[in-house]
Amino acid sequence: MVDTWQLVVFWALFAMMGVSALRVVTSSNVVHAALYLVVTLMGAAALYVLLLAEFVAWVQVLVYVGAIIVLMLFGLMLTRAPIGKGMFDNDQRLVAAVTAGALFGVTTWIIVDAFEGQKITLSKATGIRAESIGDVIFSSFVLPFEVISMLLLAALIGAVVIARRD
Amino acid sequence: MPEGGTYFGQYVTIGIFALVGVVLVLGTLQLAKLVAPNVPDTDKYTTYESGIDPIGSGWAQSNVRYYIFALLFVVFDVEAVFLFPWAIVFERFGTQAFVEMVIFIGILAIALLYAAKKKVLEWQ
Repeated sequence: MVDTWQLVVFWALFAMMGVSALRVVTSSNVVHAALYLVVTLMGAAALYVLLLAEFVAWVQVLVYVGAIIVLMLFGLMLTRAPIGKGMFDNDQRLVAAVTAGALFGVTTWIIVDAFEGQKITLSKATGIRAESIGDVIFSSFVLPFEVISMLLLAALIGAVVIARRD
Repeated sequence: MPEGGTYFGQYVTIGIFALVGVVLVLGTLQLAKLVAPNVPDTDKYTTYESGIDPIGSGWAQSNVRYYIFALLFVVFDVEAVFLFPWAIVFERFGTQAFVEMVIFIGILAIALLYAAKKKVLEWQ
């Protein structure tokens, strides 16, 4: 049931995310890089909407665009990051390229290996809804759910230890 | 979830609103550029046209204590995300879901208590 316009929207998002993702790593101003990351993450959220995973899309907007970017910008403000041209470029581009390429290759291989040839038809039944997520979290994944709160607790206590004066 | 047609239809509405928003901002800026007289002057590009000139860079290192508030926001943002699916299934799961969420929020409340006890929530 993939319509032509769905493909058009997909490729438009693909172009938008591709350009902004490139700008994230090539931009000479780290604050601009963080703002380009907002565009990339919003594109990912739009892709989730396109896949009928509405809840995941809004979680992406709330947590990644809302919270993680705020954390990144605060991190930049704390570190007195140099914003001049090429101030934080270094000669490790080859290593970075190899690492990024390997990561992309492995991820692609895993996804192809797991879903090769499968056709996932989108319908309102297969769309990931908040209800189906709630169903599994509060029945089969209770322990991981509670462990998340421990993780958040550890993050907060760590930040308090770093930030307090005494 | 609404059916396919109306589901995407709602997002088309959002898209139209977003487009109108972008056009409104860019359009008015361009219109101002067209209509306004253009008399460039170096004084106009200073930070304060009639005031004390700023010294040094505007990029300063901020206090690490701001980071606490950013992290508090992230933690409770993540908590809020879990509240949505919880609220939907709450009626069916009943006491079980209630106890699970109380434990979850309770552990996070410990973090808030710890932060309050260490006085990082007060601004001195």
